[in-house]
Amino acid sequence: MKNLWISLKFTLVMCMVLTIGYVLILRLVAAVASPNDGEAPVVELNGKVVGAANVGQRFTSSIYFWGRPSAVDYNGGGSGGSNKGTNNPEYLADVEARIDTFLKAHPYLERKEVPAEMVTASGSGLDPDISPRGAEVQIRRVAEARGMTEDQVREIVENTIQKPWMGLFGTYRVNVLKLNVALDEAQK
Amino acid sequence: MNTEILGVILQWVALVALSYPLGRYIAKVYKGERTWLDFMTPVEQWIYKVCGIHPEEEMNWKQFLKALLTVNVFWFVWGMVLLVCQGWLPLNPDGNGGQSPDLAFNTTISFMVNCNLQHYSGESGLTYFTQLFVIMLFQFVTAACGMAALAGIMKALAAKTTKTIGNFWVFMIKSVTRILMPLSLLVGILLVINGTPMSFDGKQSIETLEGNEQVISQGPTAAIVSIKQLGTNGGGYFGTNSSHPLENPNAFTNILECWSILILPMAMVWAVGFYIRRRKLAAWIYGVMLFAFTVGVCVSIPQEMGGNPRIDDMGIAQDLGSMEGKEIRIGSGASAMWGMVTTVTSNGSVNSMHDSQTPLSGMLQMLNMQINCWFGGVGVGWMNYFAFLIIAVFISGLMVGRTPEFLGKKVEAREMKIATLVVLMHPLLILVGTGISAAVAAIHPEIGWLNNPSFHGLSEMLYEYTSAAANNGSGFEGLSDNTPFWNISTGIALIMGRYFPIVGQVAIAGLLASKKYVPESAGTLKTDTFTFSLMTFVVVIIVAALSFFPALALGPIADYLSL
Repeated sequence: MKNLWISLKFTLVMCMVLTIGYVLILRLVAAVASPNDGEAPVVELNGKVVGAANVGQRFTSSIYFWGRPSAVDYNGGGSGGSNKGTNNPEYLADVEARIDTFLKAHPYLERKEVPAEMVTASGSGLDPDISPRGAEVQIRRVAEARGMTEDQVREIVENTIQKPWMGLFGTYRVNVLKLNVALDEAQK
Repeated sequence: MNTEILGVILQWVALVALSYPLGRYIAKVYKGERTWLDFMTPVEQWIYKVCGIHPEEEMNWKQFLKALLTVNVFWFVWGMVLLVCQGWLPLNPDGNGGQSPDLAFNTTISFMVNCNLQHYSGESGLTYFTQLFVIMLFQFVTAACGMAALAGIMKALAAKTTKTIGNFWVFMIKSVTRILMPLSLLVGILLVINGTPMSFDGKQSIETLEGNEQVISQGPTAAIVSIKQLGTNGGGYFGTNSSHPLENPNAFTNILECWSILILPMAMVWAVGFYIRRRKLAAWIYGVMLFAFTVGVCVSIPQEMGGNPRIDDMGIAQDLGSMEGKEIRIGSGASAMWGMVTTVTSNGSVNSMHDSQTPLSGMLQMLNMQINCWFGGVGVGWMNYFAFLIIAVFISGLMVGRTPEFLGKKVEAREMKIATLVVLMHPLLILVGTGISAAVAAIHPEIGWLNNPSFHGLSEMLYEYTSAAANNGSGFEGLSDNTPFWNISTGIALIMGRYFPIVGQVAIAGLLASKKYVPESAGTLKTDTFTFSLMTFVVVIIVAALSFFPALALGPIADYLSL
C-alpha cells in the first residue's frame, strides 16, 4: 500500500519535472533556434506558402519534376509505406506497371535507364527527395513542357542537389518541391 | 569512398568510442560518487521529500521487486484511463478520439514494458496530451525502471555478501535526472535545430504547388523522438516512425538518432564492469556482443545495397539498392544499419519498412530479437546476457569438473532453474504465438491479417510475436494487427517477456548476493577469458538460435531461396 502511494506521487512528480525541465525547455529552444518556430519548416513562392520543406507532395503535371510513388498518396496527416515483401507477385506487377507509365511519360528513355527508386514507394509515403539520377532522367520532359532548354533546367537541378552531411556522410539528394519552386521562379 | 558507407562507419565508431566514458559515468551515478551533474541534487532531494521516499533505506531483493511491480501496476491503470479518455482531455487540437479498450490495453502494456509495439498511428490515434503524459512519460520512467533493476543487480554482484541491493526508487529517480533527461535534452535540441517540429499547434493545412490541399500533422515531436531513441523505447511520434521526414529530416539527424538507440545499452555493459570492478570481464562481454552485432551489420548492408533481384530481373537501374519502403535522404545502407541497431537493442524504432527489406535482413532482425541479449534494452539487455552467463558457468563447470562459481559465488540448482526458465520462456512465447496465429490464418484465410502471401506472410506473424516477446516494438507492419486477437495475444506476450526475466534475474542476483563469498583459487573457473566468452557465445547460439531455426527456415529462409 505504501508502494502504491509512492507510485502515484512519483508519477505525478515526474510529469511535472519532465514538463518543466524538458518539454518547456525544448519548446523555448524551438521558439528561438528552430527554422519555423517549432512548426514544420515551409517553402514559399511569391510570398505564398506552397508546402512543407521536408514533406513530399504529389506532382503530376508535366511542367514539374515528379517525386517517388507513395503508398498513401502523399497524405501528410497519415504516413505509411506499402509494406510489400520483395517476392510479392502483386507488388512486382505494380512496379511493372509503374515502369510502363514512367516510360510512356519519358519516351526518350531506355528501360535500363529507369531508376528503381522512381518506381518503388518510400517508407513514409512522404519522401520529399529524389536522387540526382531520378532528376536527371526527367530533365528533357520538363524542359520540353516549359519551353526551356535542357541546359537551363539542368543548371537549376544542379544548384538544388543537396550534398551529404559535411560532404562525407549520407546520400546525395534533390528536394522535389524546392526544385520545382526554383523552376517557377526562373520562369517568372 | 561511397558516402553512404562512410555514414555507417561514422555511427559505428561514435558508438564504440563514446560508450566507454559514458559507462564510467553511469557507474559513478549509481555508486553515488561525485559527477558534474551534482547540481541536480536539490531536485532529487525535493522529489524524495514529496514522494515520501527515504533514500537511505536499503531493500532486500523481494522488497525491491515489490516496489518495481507495484509501480508498474499503477502505470497500467494510469495509461488505460488516459488513453480511453483522451478525447475529452486538453491539448487535442486535431480532435482525435479515445482508443478502444482492447487497443488501449495493448498500447498501455506495450509502453509500460518499454516495448512500444504500436497498433495505432500517432497522427490519429493519440492526442498531444497522451503523447506527452502517457507515451513520453512512460518512455522515461520505464527505461529508468529497467536501469534501476540493473543497478540493483550490480549492487548485489559487487558486494561480497549482502542481504540488501539498494533502494529501487533512488535508482529510478537518478536514472531520469542524471542520465536520461540530460541526454534527451541534448539530442532534442539538436533535432529541433534541424527542423523536427516542437510546438503545440494543430495540423498545418497547405495549398500545394499544383493547387491541391495537403494537411500536415505536427506537434511536440522532438520531445518524444529523443527519449524514444535513448530509452530503447522505439514508439514513433508519427505512424512511420523515423522514416517520417519530420521525425528524421536529414542525414545528420539519422546518424544522431541511430547513435542514440545503441549508446546507452553499450555504455551499460561498461558501467557494470566499472561498478563491480571487473573491467576485463566487461570487455569480454562487450567484445562478444559487438562481434555478433557487427557480423549482422556486415551481412545486412550488402543485402539492402545490392537491391531486390526480382527488380533487377525487370531490367531497370537499381543503383541505390532496394528502395521499396526506404527514404532517399537515408539510403539503403543506413536503413540496413538501423535495422540491425534497433533489433540488437529492444528499441524497435524504424527508419525504413522492415516488411519490405530483403529476406535475409528480415531474418537477421528476427534473430537479433530472438537472441535478445546483444546489448539489449537499457538495463535489461545485460540482464538477459547474465542469464546465459549463469548457464554457461554451470555447463563449463560440469565439463571441466570444477564447482560452478561466478564472481566468487557458487551457482547452485536454484539459480540454474530460474536461469533456464527465463531463457526458455522466450522461444515458448514466440513459437506458440506464431503457431496459433498461423493455424488461425490457415483455417480462415478470409480473415485478412496478412499483407503478403506465402513464406513472407508467415514471417509477418513470426516477427510480430518475436518483437512482442523481446519487448522490441518494430514490426512487419503489413500485418493488420489492430484487432482484438492481436492486441490481446501480443499484450500477453509483452507482459511475460518483460516481467518474467526481470523477476528471475533480480532473484538470481539476490540469491547469489546472500551466499558466502568464496575467494578465487586455482580451482576457480575464470570467466574473463577468451575460452569462456566463446563458450557463452556458443550457449547463446545453441539455445536461442537453434530453437528458432525451423521457424526461420519456413519464413525468411524459404523467402530468400525463392527470390
